[in-house]
Amino acid sequence: MSTSNPSGNVLEVRGVSKSFNGVHALADVDLDVPEGSIVGIIGPNGAGKTTFFNVVAGALRPDSGHVRLFGKDVTGLPPHRIAHAGMARTFQLMRPFGSMTARENVVAAALTRGGSHKDARLAADEVIDATGMAAWADATSDSLHTAALKRLELARVLAIRPRILLLDEVLAGLVPAERAPVVDLLARLREAEGLTLVFVEHIMQAVMKLSDTVVVFDRGRVIASGEPTEVVADPRVVEAYLGQELTGA
Amino acid sequence: MTTTTAPPAPTPAPTRERAQSLKRSLLILVAIAAVAACAPFVLPESRQSIAIRVLIFAMMAIGWNLMSGYGGMFSFGHAAYFGIGAYTDTYLLVTFGWSPWLALVVGAALAALVAAGIGYVAFRYKLRSAYFALGTFAIAEMLRLLATNTKWVNGTTGYHVPLLPESSWTMLQFGANAAEYFYIGLAMVVVCMVVTLLYLRSRSGIYTVAIRDNEDAADALGISVMRVRLTTMALSAAITAAAGMFYAQYYTFVDPDTAFGSAQSVQAIAPAVIGGVATPWGPLVGALILGPLADLTVTWLRTPPAFLDFLTGRSGLDVVLYAILLIVIALVLPKGIVGSIQEWWKRR
Repeated sequence: MSTSNPSGNVLEVRGVSKSFNGVHALADVDLDVPEGSIVGIIGPNGAGKTTFFNVVAGALRPDSGHVRLFGKDVTGLPPHRIAHAGMARTFQLMRPFGSMTARENVVAAALTRGGSHKDARLAADEVIDATGMAAWADATSDSLHTAALKRLELARVLAIRPRILLLDEVLAGLVPAERAPVVDLLARLREAEGLTLVFVEHIMQAVMKLSDTVVVFDRGRVIASGEPTEVVADPRVVEAYLGQELTGA
Repeated sequence: MTTTTAPPAPTPAPTRERAQSLKRSLLILVAIAAVAACAPFVLPESRQSIAIRVLIFAMMAIGWNLMSGYGGMFSFGHAAYFGIGAYTDTYLLVTFGWSPWLALVVGAALAALVAAGIGYVAFRYKLRSAYFALGTFAIAEMLRLLATNTKWVNGTTGYHVPLLPESSWTMLQFGANAAEYFYIGLAMVVVCMVVTLLYLRSRSGIYTVAIRDNEDAADALGISVMRVRLTTMALSAAITAAAGMFYAQYYTFVDPDTAFGSAQSVQAIAPAVIGGVATPWGPLVGALILGPLADLTVTWLRTPPAFLDFLTGRSGLDVVLYAILLIVIALVLPKGIVGSIQEWWKRR
């Protein structure tokens, strides 16, 4: 197995399938994510987006198919090994370390990079500032509301400095005024650090603004992918959403 | 697509000084130890056994609290590690004349190894919560039966530590009710506390709490859940094994029931639950309550006060009292004494 990465793709998913009790949650899914790109994943509820993340990030083992990260086969590796290989993910339903403060959550994540405790604290401070959490960083995370937990979820993965980030609906639950800084932050991270981003999102405005490529899931399959404007005009996509207006915000 | 009008960012909870600094915890520990060190001057010699009981309870509960309180892995079988500590000590001492201090090293290492083995199998096969607790209980019972039926550890008879004509620090043996026992026990408790406080601040300790709070998130962030859990279990077992060794040396006697019996598992749990699970001082506070209580029940059973004379010659009163106390604590102070005080302090 070669560890070189001739394709220039950070992430390559080939023929991934996953069933639960005979229901195909994912059926023969392929996806290429070039380095430094931003890929938006959309699709109706139950289309398999979160299952896809779970398979790619190692939380679920696919029934068949392969996941290659930086040219290396990581199919079936446990999540912590995949995280160390440079890919991090957030959870759609927030999973804070409830007994810790928001800051302690971020420090715990930063520690996994292997540096000293002091390094981890400094890295956490940086991320806390960048994500606008400073005002409530010392509150116990159990006491935080959805919007804050979403931001904590993002801060925690940023603290491990991934090279590719899978974001599962980090904008949902934020009011429009709160979304803009997060969207800007993500765009900035791509510019400054070459971060590659794959995100599932229902907020179309953000999807249209951020994505280089939009991928549409429906009933476990990729039914369309391409430039954002092309994809939302695709009749199959419109049909999948049962005629819902996709271009609006 | 609708614009969600979620409430604005949450009202920030009041910023407060949370995790006590290590220095402060160590200072509190020094203060506790200093006060405790006066006990031999205050307690009549005949009451020294109460203080020793407190120390043994404290050590067992400190070990249990690390794994089950901070680690969230509920053990109902800490008798396994306690017994390994007690048996390794007496076996090496009686058979080869080893110093208990050397035997402690071997016993703690053995207990740590067994704990890691149990943990590996349990988590490999995804034994969770109640099933995990039952599994640990089963292992302790298995060890009890094994000791009972194994000739080379003297089966049901167990071991008597041979009495020496004179006091010896190397052999950890002193005259009955000598204050040395108390000071050695106290020093061991202090060491166990320091180890625990340092561990909780280490990378592995922080991960331990993270995994307890949310295993999937910890895993996704790059924390090796299995490795961290096994480390915590091993340390917890080693501390409890130290309690077993000290027990064997003080009472100069172990048999399968006193070492591996489920009563020992309960005695590791009860002080921590009463004092406050996952609080640093909970096990100490709980031990301070249960030690005298345990001694009282023994006295009552031997020579019951007039109104309780039906108790003469019976056993198990201590367990009944622990159970009642646990129920009362669960109802009145679900977070234990220290936990409830902390809660009150925060809300003040």
